Amino acid sequence: MAALTVIRPGMLTTIQDLGRWGRQHVGVPVAGPMDWFSHRLANLLLGNHDDDAALEITLMGPELEADDEVACVVTGAEFDVTAGGRRARLGEPFRLAAGERLKFGARISGARAVLAVQGGVQVPRVLGSRSTSLISRVGPFGGRALRPGDVLPVSRSRPLAARAPVRPLSLPLSGARVRVMLGPHDRHFSAAALEVFSASRFFVTPESNRMGYRLDGPRLVHRDATDILSDATPIGSVQVPASGHPILLMADRQTTGGYPKIATVITADLPLAGQLAPGDWIEFEPCSLAAALDALRQRTTALQGRTP
Amino acid sequence: MIDFRIQPAGDAALRVEFPARGDRNGAGRSARVMEVARRGAGGPADMFDEGISARVTAIGEVVRARWGGLVRDAVIGYHTVTVYFDPLVVDGRWLEEQLAAIAADPAAAGDVRGAHIEVPVCYGGDLGPDLGDVAASAGCSEQEVIDLHTSRSYRVFVVGFVPGFGYMGPVDPRLSLPRRRTPRTKVPAGSVALAAGQTGIYPMETPGGWHLIGRTPIRPFDESRSEPVLFRPGDRVRFRAIAREEYDAMSGT
Repeated sequence: MAALTVIRPGMLTTIQDLGRWGRQHVGVPVAGPMDWFSHRLANLLLGNHDDDAALEITLMGPELEADDEVACVVTGAEFDVTAGGRRARLGEPFRLAAGERLKFGARISGARAVLAVQGGVQVPRVLGSRSTSLISRVGPFGGRALRPGDVLPVSRSRPLAARAPVRPLSLPLSGARVRVMLGPHDRHFSAAALEVFSASRFFVTPESNRMGYRLDGPRLVHRDATDILSDATPIGSVQVPASGHPILLMADRQTTGGYPKIATVITADLPLAGQLAPGDWIEFEPCSLAAALDALRQRTTALQGRTP
Repeated sequence: MIDFRIQPAGDAALRVEFPARGDRNGAGRSARVMEVARRGAGGPADMFDEGISARVTAIGEVVRARWGGLVRDAVIGYHTVTVYFDPLVVDGRWLEEQLAAIAADPAAAGDVRGAHIEVPVCYGGDLGPDLGDVAASAGCSEQEVIDLHTSRSYRVFVVGFVPGFGYMGPVDPRLSLPRRRTPRTKVPAGSVALAAGQTGIYPMETPGGWHLIGRTPIRPFDESRSEPVLFRPGDRVRFRAIAREEYDAMSGT
């Protein structure tokens, strides 16, 4: 067993796999990656399982030290990354020798990078998953972000299979237009409010995190009640509290909520939403279920059949 | 048969919704609950429909039992059950047909036999700092608040907010008051609280806007237990008053 030691954690670095599914009915949140495509791509590039745990790195990256040779890859947001002083390119696996450091420098584009390690980060599973749920403090290291001195168990590197290059996620430069399916509570909004929702540009405010993005923009006026009977809150759902300012629920959302949800971002476009930073814009484009599924098939095609 | 409808909640979930009681039958609401709703107590008037809650809870159980490995989750709301799945693995149209068949057949999804759970509570004092305020609002003594709170068993309608937080009710109308105007930034784990016609227990230290009337030494969520979560939708909970000495002994302080 090798290990990566956290020298500097960066702004917010957490361990995530594809999420803690199966216990939402007793209030255990899913968590998981903000950009599932880059998470799966990173694992694919190293020959890992889809669901292996990786680090999700937010806006300012960490510095880590290896105690043995480990193979890694970075996907998602682009940073200046060096491995033992050598430049590490986005989407290209590299090796860290014993004693070498992996350093994240300036961020170039996107908000969240995925650092995967061959074999996955081997922390113990908690309730069936290695995802970190910050809001419920469930997961590795007591469900908190990484701190200096944390030691991450990983595998010693093995030879890497040759792979055809995979096209990475096209990172949003200053914002993204994402497709949504309207509902489930679109009936709670007037036609005018639905028009405003789909025709306006909203901005990600600083009060945004892995749980959700509070959005600034025109107010969305409810037709009637501003509260609903609490029900499930899927990732990507856009809930509108009484203030009329929407909140886009993201990976670390709670399992249930009591505000009407005007629309839900389609799975294919969640990775784009996950790469937005405070100050970036977002626009919502309604689409059909059929279009959402087509888009998802296209997005995942890039992840399949790459093993030579 | 009660009408229901099934609609997508995004491309990876289907939501079965039964009409809230107010949509079905306006006369079903008590004047007091209407008043609470109008004052913005934070709870719509029709959340306590045990029949609907039983249906959605049972549908969730059937879905988990039949397709536990195929669907990702079945989340219970007050009058909804939302089934999460991978749309590239499960055909949503097929799942919708299956859900419609279960939802239309009360025999296929009778009420779950929920557990009966007794929860010891030390009321008032520093463990229940809002007991006096609640008594003042209800126009009765602190002891009467305790008697009212322990006088009935409550259904767990929804488990959410944080792992193991059960939304239970309905409480006696005299104990139904809005959430605190200013939520506390830290509510201690084990706090027993009231708001919007409901009662619940904070499983871990979190921010919270409910009125704290006591504390229990039991832990609604403990990830080291083989069954980490104590309450499930459909369980019935009754509170029992205990003395401070018993609380201290049970909580090991």
